[in-house]
Formats: sequence, structure tokens, C-alpha cells
Amino acid sequence: MTTKLLFYPGCSLQRTARPYLDSLVAISPLIGIELEEIQDWNCCGATEYIAIHHLASHALVGRNLALAAQQSNGTHTVMAACSACYLNLAKTDSYMQVNAQLNRQVNDALQAGGLHYQPGTVRIRHLLDIIVNDIGIEEIRKQVVRPLKGLRIAPYYGCMIARPDRDNRWDNVEHPLALDKLMKAIGAEVIDFPLKTHCCGGHMTQINMPTAYELIRRLVYGAAQYHADLMVTLCPMCQLNLDAYQSEMNRHFHTNYHMPILYFTQLMGLAFGLEPEVLGLGKEFVNASQALSRIGIEVPAAEPELEMVEDKPARKKKEKAGLPMPQMLHSEEE
Amino acid sequence: MDDQSLRVQNASPPTAVSPPGSFLQEVIEATPGDSRLGMCIQCGTCGGSCPSAADMNHTPRQIFAMIRADLREEVLRSNTPWYCVSCYFCTVRCPQEVHITDVMYTLKSMAIREKRYDDSTAPDFSQTFIGYIESYGRSYELGLATRHNLRHRPLQLPSMVPLGLGMLARRRMDFAPQRIEKIEQLQAILARAIELEVGV
Repeated sequence: MTTKLLFYPGCSLQRTARPYLDSLVAISPLIGIELEEIQDWNCCGATEYIAIHHLASHALVGRNLALAAQQSNGTHTVMAACSACYLNLAKTDSYMQVNAQLNRQVNDALQAGGLHYQPGTVRIRHLLDIIVNDIGIEEIRKQVVRPLKGLRIAPYYGCMIARPDRDNRWDNVEHPLALDKLMKAIGAEVIDFPLKTHCCGGHMTQINMPTAYELIRRLVYGAAQYHADLMVTLCPMCQLNLDAYQSEMNRHFHTNYHMPILYFTQLMGLAFGLEPEVLGLGKEFVNASQALSRIGIEVPAAEPELEMVEDKPARKKKEKAGLPMPQMLHSEEE
Repeated sequence: MDDQSLRVQNASPPTAVSPPGSFLQEVIEATPGDSRLGMCIQCGTCGGSCPSAADMNHTPRQIFAMIRADLREEVLRSNTPWYCVSCYFCTVRCPQEVHITDVMYTLKSMAIREKRYDDSTAPDFSQTFIGYIESYGRSYELGLATRHNLRHRPLQLPSMVPLGLGMLARRRMDFAPQRIEKIEQLQAILARAIELEVGV
């Protein structure tokens, strides 16, 4: 049976989280999901629009909800794979349901664009919720042809999928288990990660780096303490912060962590026997090939142009090594 | 404890006190829905749960006490709302169910409207971000990162170049922004919403 979903990709999945989109598209037919993209969707506003204009931030989301309701043919379920998109869409819909004035004003604004949205018309769900609660762990297990035996992973949910959880989608808002169960079903060894819903730093990587580095450090350190081979995530912001800023974080604290951050859809694809290339593997900054080769999965070497780019920070480090800086002694020890 | 003191306690259940015209009332009215801000009992669960409290000028609990004390200026100058990472830990743990994250968003928009916050880095980031949404309908990471870093961290910009190039090489960033088809429709909706917002 195929589950049809109105798909809201969001800005991140098209670019910074491209591997998430690629792996989702690759596994969809195997798990019986049919994605229909919402036509001409716009940005959800992330955590920034609402900081400036309350009402307009809901109107921004309202346009997406109205477009989804118009397009719904045979389904009223809107699926977002990005946690911030999921939260923003769900939040506006539920606020419009309980707040008559907000509903009136958002629709007044939508009317300026010839649109209307009756709150509650579509149902907003996160991808993980649909996979675990609708399709079910047993169905997923049936698809596994290459169990990820021996791969030790830290399941990392981040904040916005787990909280505030107005629809009661999860068993626990601080220690949910859905991703843990899913990863066990595909054969991975899952650690009981105490920091699973702690913050990745959010927009602090753009506002105050040291604050963000400390939050990134806690998570990577925590996963390393549990001897995780890699962390698995379901949010583009979490993946970006932990992956792309990990080397900067290491530089900041004079540490030497190497903790790959992959999307859960990528690991599902591997367990389903799909090739690493179609799952967007190799596009991460903290390379996962070593961790995956331990269980016999070879990720193709990065393209030459990528290696050149990766060389750059290393070369800079060497130049700095000539200066009598205390941290250099430290990094040499490592 | 005698019967009378118990009776007195029972006779007056805690109520949210927000004198009209007070800053507390202003914040409550500017937050959509029932923020329950007046119900804060100053327990400090919010600050204790906050991942970035260590770098805030005031913990959320202190901010709520300051709002009640009508310290408008100090509250709007505080970096606290800008250091909120929207993790919602405080919100789900608050025993009084105060919608803390929403209140932080309200304080940000008030501070921006009145240009109160001393360090403009965070408000500028939000402004630049929404600028791209208003022009294209979608966010544009390369432009956002470049413009923001040029303005606020010009000296650190060279150290960010490898990251930017790495994103481009991995095709995790585009050189050009994407524009939605009906951008005029979106602009009309947002313009009307902002009109209503100011009118409120």
C-alpha cells in the first residue's frame, strides 16, 4: 500500500541538507511513500521571521497551508522532514485553531493574495512520525537486506521535533524513543544517548560563535564518551551545525573530535541495500567513510575538487604552527 | 498552623496580576494567544533548563521579574531573547505552563521596533534573513552568510571561506537564490499582515 503525502521540502532540503532530500527520495518507494511537492511553497520563516513580525510570520506559513489545502487530492497530510519547518507549519495551524483573532487576521492577509485557509484542513506531520507511527517498524524491518550490524550510533533528535509537541506525537518530549527503535530495526547498535534532544546551537552559529561551539562540543563529546561511531539526525539545522562547524569547534577548544553526522534516511537506505552515492553520502564535512567501512560499506572517495577545499584549513594550521602559541603544543600532543 | 490561615489561603487562589498600562500587560497583549506570563512563580526552572543561559545578560526568570517590575528599558536592552535558541526546554518544563519561547519572540520584535538592543548582530541576522524571504520567497544561505559576516565579522570572514567553499563544492549551497513563481502574491500577503500588525 502506498501512502500519499503532500510534501513540504523547505529551503534547507534543497541545498544545505541535499543529502537528506536525496536519501528520502531514494527510500520512499521502498517504504511505500509517494511524495507530492506543494507547488510554489515559500520559506517557513525559520526562527527569524517571527522575531520581527509576529502576524506576518503566521501569514507566511499560512500561504503554505492554503496552497497545501488547495492541492490536496486524496490526502490531507502535509509532511515536512525539517524540524523547524514542521514546527512552524504545525504551530501556525494550531494557533489559528485556538485563536480566533489570529485566524481572522491571517486570513485577512491571505486574502490580499487571493487565498484562504481554514485551520485544521491539513494535518502537519514530521517524516519520522509517519515512518514510525504510520508505516510501522515491522514494515521497515521487512525491507532490510543489509543490517547495519556493528555500527554504534547516537540517535539525535534535536529540539523542534520533540518540543513543544502540541499534537502529542511522541512518548516523551525530552527522551523520545521513535528514532532509537527505528535504528535498532535496521540493525544498528543504538546507545541510550542522554543528550538526544539537547540543542545543537540553532542560530547561534551566526550570532555568537562561542555559545554555539559550546553546545556543539557537549553533543559531540557526549556521543564520543559513549563510543558512538556516528550521530544520526533528522534535522537540517542540527546536521549543519554539528557537521560543518565541527572543525571550527575543535579549533576553538583545541580538541580533535571526529564524529560523523548522518541523516536517518541515509542509514535506512544503506540497510535497504541502496548504493551510498544515491543517498548523498560523501557530502558531509566530517567524513563518515571510516565509520561505515567498519561494517563493510565503502563510500566512494570524495571528488578531487572537494579534497582541495578540505586541504585549505589544514594548510593554514601548519602556517600557524610556526608561531609560539600555547595551543599548538596541545594540538601536537594529539 | 490553625484553620484560619488555611482558609485564607484557600479563599484566594493565585491570580495573574497585570496592572493596565504596565509593561507586563504590554508584553502579554503583544503575544498571540494566552502566554500565561502573569502566572510565573519565579521558580527558575526556565533558567536551569536553558542551554545558553550562561551567556545571557539575564536568565529568563530574571527577565520575567524585570518585566513585572516595569524595567522596560533594561529588558529590551538585554541580550536574553536574542540568545534564546528556541529549544522549548523551558516551555515544556515550566510548572505554570508559561509560553516562554513565544514571550522571547515578542521581546525580540519589541526591541527591534524600538531599536533598543545594544549589539545589532542578532537583530541584523533576522533582518537579513527575512529580507531574502521577502525578495525571493525562500532563504538564500550564501547571500545570508556573506552579507552577515561582512557586516559583523569582517575579520573572521577569511576563516569562514573554507566552510563556504566546502558547501559550494558539495553542492550544499547555490550561487544564486531561488525565486518562487508567485512572489508578488507572497509580498501582497506579507504587506497586508504587516499593515494589520502595526494597526493592532
